[in-house]
Amino acid sequence: MEIKGKAIIFGDDINTDLIIPSKYLTALDLNDLAKHAMEGLDPKFYEKAREGVIIVAGKNFGCGSSREHAPISLKHAGVRCVIAKSFARIFFRNAINVGLPVVECPLILEKTDDGDELLVNLAEGEIVNLTKNLRLQASKLPNFILEIISAGGLVKYLRRRLEKSGEL
Amino acid sequence: MNISEKILARASGRKEVSPGEIVEAKVDVAMVNDITGPLTIKTFYEIGVKKVWDNNRIVMVLDHQVPADSAKSAELHKIMRRFAEEQGIPHFYDVGFGGVCHQVMVEKGHVRPGELIVGADSHTCTYGALGAFGTGIGSTEMAAVFATGKIWLKVPETIKINVTGEFQKFVGAKDLMLNIIGQIGADGASYKAMEFDGPVVRSMGISERLTICNMAVEAGAKTGIINPDGKVIAYVKNRASKQFEPLKSDANAKYGEAFDLDVSSLEPQVACPSSVDDVKPVSEVEGTPIDQAFVGSCTNGRIEDLRMVAEIVKGKRVKKGVRFIVTPASHEVYLQALKEGVLETLTEAGACVCNPTCGACFGGHMGLLADGETCISSSNRNFTGRMGSPKAKIYLASPATVAASALKGEITDPRRL
Repeated sequence: MEIKGKAIIFGDDINTDLIIPSKYLTALDLNDLAKHAMEGLDPKFYEKAREGVIIVAGKNFGCGSSREHAPISLKHAGVRCVIAKSFARIFFRNAINVGLPVVECPLILEKTDDGDELLVNLAEGEIVNLTKNLRLQASKLPNFILEIISAGGLVKYLRRRLEKSGEL
Repeated sequence: MNISEKILARASGRKEVSPGEIVEAKVDVAMVNDITGPLTIKTFYEIGVKKVWDNNRIVMVLDHQVPADSAKSAELHKIMRRFAEEQGIPHFYDVGFGGVCHQVMVEKGHVRPGELIVGADSHTCTYGALGAFGTGIGSTEMAAVFATGKIWLKVPETIKINVTGEFQKFVGAKDLMLNIIGQIGADGASYKAMEFDGPVVRSMGISERLTICNMAVEAGAKTGIINPDGKVIAYVKNRASKQFEPLKSDANAKYGEAFDLDVSSLEPQVACPSSVDDVKPVSEVEGTPIDQAFVGSCTNGRIEDLRMVAEIVKGKRVKKGVRFIVTPASHEVYLQALKEGVLETLTEAGACVCNPTCGACFGGHMGLLADGETCISSSNRNFTGRMGSPKAKIYLASPATVAASALKGEITDPRRL
């Protein structure tokens, strides 16, 4: 599984209230939700993300609430992958479950500039900065998690499993 | 094994588990609220299963936007009501019957020692106060739990915190937890369990233990947990309709890390804008003018908190120009405070007492902030934009510090009133 996109840089402890403020949580239309992703940090985020981007961030990305609206709004805004030094655990699980790839890479922030072209290989846990011609080692996800991501999220993965076992 | 490992071992049908292992565990109770529930329900139908795995093990609570603060919230509440009816879910707490979900879970006996509880809310870690392993998950994952009753979990490493000494007057559980988060950071316990022990923790009542475990997630923890003792067993027996089998850490249990903390010289603590781990002793921020003071939330909206506030404001008046918003955490708390005259004392002092809701704490309704305003709050998060305007500032503190600040109109050490 390879993912390509331009980097958008954020710092440490980007919390779920910044990713999607609570006042938008009543939106049931996911594209409406996406328009407000990250707006408090960068009012032009949605515009930039439309072309398909990769978020690069520091430690503890997605800390705070369990709201799944956070990874959903990023995914629907056009974010193809989030690479961070580390993630808050609920965000990490939510992202995988909605089919938004997440990768941990300790050196990502130091080695990436805004707008760099990145290529992420999820199965190998490798990131290539095409602009700087650099290779970075990232965390490798367990196989069953890669299966959830490649199925497009937990719902599709579970449907497949339940169909196989005859429970659906 | 420690208590977290034992609960996960039992839930996954194993004799033993160790940190780092991934287990598939059976869920004892699953909880959703009105923010995460509608998305769970939508996703549940997408999976294609017709009936939930066990209607008696699901708890649904309307709390974040109650009574409905907009037509949109009313629609979300309708989705929840319809689902509860269709699936025959008996534990559905509608407006007027429950309150803030975590308080309701505890009060209504849905949290029992030794059980594995998942909630579609990050503060599900609160339940460790009663010796259960509670952890927050998202809506899609909850939909999968609704369908199968199972979840994969990584067995966390545990940090043990041994608390000794004696609190000064007006210093307590909230100050202790803010201090710990300030020391270890907002990701200091990421992916880990925090186990609290020591004479100070053992002498605490249920309410204070709930405050501590509630904020474990603010350090990134998967759960906060305390070995259940006689107080807990008596509390739960009084409220639960199901049998339970408590588990406790072995004397030789292993911990990833362990540290001691003496609280004897601990001052009231304040988390400064806009990070829960930017914690200072109150003396360093005393005198900061405030526009609003808030007491409530799953962290500090219990009867013990309201009594403390009443003791401080009795016979006094909230400073002119300050809104003092008080939100009891549940209807049970509200009624008790009403009977004891606590609400009368608060109202006479100039507090605005609201119905039980997550409202102001999560920035939904009932006390939001304008550009440039400052609030001191007994809740759990002070992120930018959390309580309304992204240009507002939020300080976190104990109910005692919040009450003292409401009287003076500036951040105030409650010991000096």
